[in-house]
Amino acid sequence: MLQFIVRRLIHAVPLMIGVSVIGFGLMHLAPGGPLGVYTLNPTVSVQDIERIKAIYGLDQPIYVQYYRWASGMFVGDWGNTFFGGRPVLTVVLERVPATMLLAGSSLAIAIVLGMFVGILGAVRRYSVFDYLATTGAVFALSFPTFWFGLMAIYIFAIELRWLPSGGMFELGEEGNILDLLVHLILPTAVLALVIVATWSRYARSSFLEVINQDYIRTARSKGLRGGTVLFRHAFPNAVTPLIALLGVQLPFLFSGALVAETIFGWPGMGRLFVDSLTMKEYPVLMGLMMFTAGFVIIGNLLADVAVAMVDPRVRLE
Amino acid sequence: MSAPLLQVDDLRVHFRVDDGLLKAVDGVSYELGQGETLGIVGESGSGKTVSSLAVIGLLERPPAEIPSGRIIFGDEDLLTYSENRMSDVRGRRISMIFQEPMTSLNPVMAIGLQISEVVRRHLGMSKRQARERTLELLNLVGIPEPSKRIDEYPHQLSGGMRQRVMIALALACEPMILIADEPTTALDVTIQAQILELMASLQEKLGTSILLITHDLAVIAETAHRVAVMYAGRIVEKAPVKEIFQNPRHPYTQGLLRSIPRIDREREKRLTEIPGFVPSLADLPSGCAFVDRCPQAIDRCRRDTPMIEAIGEGHQVSCWRAEDG
Repeated sequence: MLQFIVRRLIHAVPLMIGVSVIGFGLMHLAPGGPLGVYTLNPTVSVQDIERIKAIYGLDQPIYVQYYRWASGMFVGDWGNTFFGGRPVLTVVLERVPATMLLAGSSLAIAIVLGMFVGILGAVRRYSVFDYLATTGAVFALSFPTFWFGLMAIYIFAIELRWLPSGGMFELGEEGNILDLLVHLILPTAVLALVIVATWSRYARSSFLEVINQDYIRTARSKGLRGGTVLFRHAFPNAVTPLIALLGVQLPFLFSGALVAETIFGWPGMGRLFVDSLTMKEYPVLMGLMMFTAGFVIIGNLLADVAVAMVDPRVRLE
Repeated sequence: MSAPLLQVDDLRVHFRVDDGLLKAVDGVSYELGQGETLGIVGESGSGKTVSSLAVIGLLERPPAEIPSGRIIFGDEDLLTYSENRMSDVRGRRISMIFQEPMTSLNPVMAIGLQISEVVRRHLGMSKRQARERTLELLNLVGIPEPSKRIDEYPHQLSGGMRQRVMIALALACEPMILIADEPTTALDVTIQAQILELMASLQEKLGTSILLITHDLAVIAETAHRVAVMYAGRIVEKAPVKEIFQNPRHPYTQGLLRSIPRIDREREKRLTEIPGFVPSLADLPSGCAFVDRCPQAIDRCRRDTPMIEAIGEGHQVSCWRAEDG
């Protein structure tokens, strides 16, 4: 097991390098740059721009820039932001808790709800509930997240005035848990909606497959009650592929969080990414990309380990 | 025979499908005595598995429907039992083992737990008692090193071993009836013999009655006391095992017997097969279901469905021409 984890972590190194090269390249392919905003400013001369470029090393060929950034990363120096000159690592880490809170609570709610809907849909296949759940899932998957976000703001914040339209705290209420929870409701619900839709479909098909297996019939032939058959025999078998899926789904969670954070003004990594993108804050963008990539890789690793713990047939080698 | 342990009476099981009504079991009656092995023979789709699933209450309803019939066990009709009451019978009074030992055990649960679960459910044993009992059972079904095997998972065992585990599991509460649905079909021939021997010896030890479902006449010859031959959802012939092999009266039974190779016959002679195919259950011929494949069919066979009637000591046949010899 330990050997497996170490090997997987070693495999992650070339993966991370690949991610960084592609990310770095794509970023620089985009037109403009951090100094783009100054080109139309009459008080900033071309010489000034060239001078600033030279200070930040932006006049160098891209591979030199990459090399400088990468060798910095290698020794733990994530660089500094262009605007403000703060350490990138600090800037990114500041935003991690907000995103983890939003993504974590959405994921937790979505998994519980999605499993519930999926299991019920599988057990009561072709029932009214099953049809409603299927239709609902297709509906939720057919509309973009931002549309749900805007609708939620329109209905619950503007029309009904029940919930705040965005942000994490009211002014002057920073640190108030209750206030935080109230602000969390809408973005969590919107982000969770899409995951519930996906997750309930996966759970339904996984359970449907399992409850038709021979060993479920055996469990029933032993006289076990329905609940025992479902939770002791079907559940562990049905949930194994779902755990693996969870690892694969992590990137979608982050991209969903990005949209939700942008709409609801949630001060997380997703919004930082969008803001940095408009300002071409290369070091922050790269930092966020590496952080997310690392998180996804570790998430997948944990998923594989969890699968191996549930399923004795899986040997980690 | 005194009052039978289990009496199945005019059992019908239908499936409503898009093409209409499938009469998977169409008026089946048989009885199973104490300590007896009744073999039910037939081709795939003849209704032998469906009828036994009805006995243990494992048919999904819907899609299955049971429009008529009684399954009398201990003076009561099991068909009137609620699912809850039936679950007290399953695994305790009536158990079942299945054809595929490879897929019949839960792959993510240690085999010991799968066995002890039954005795804990029905006999209210504590964890420790159940583990003791499980070791005893593993020993009983001839699994070497039970104390080591008890914590192993199904994928660590061979097919034969898994079927032994299934038998241990089924016999854990010493049920009165064991339904064995093709218990040896998926196994190697040498292992088949071992499993059949094991079942026979356990039957002797525990006095269990066995409902043995198979398409393999050799298995029947070795283990069954009486035989019921099924064709297209009906029992066409019922007789003691010796009688079936020596004096088969239904043309279908005769055909079945002619189609197995025998060591005491000339080798050059080609085996005779039964011409034609098993008719679709959705589209049975009127009259006798076997009429299109029967070498002895007469006009009447096409008109009227023959009833099952006694023609000798414990020998019943449903054929208009049975009397003709």
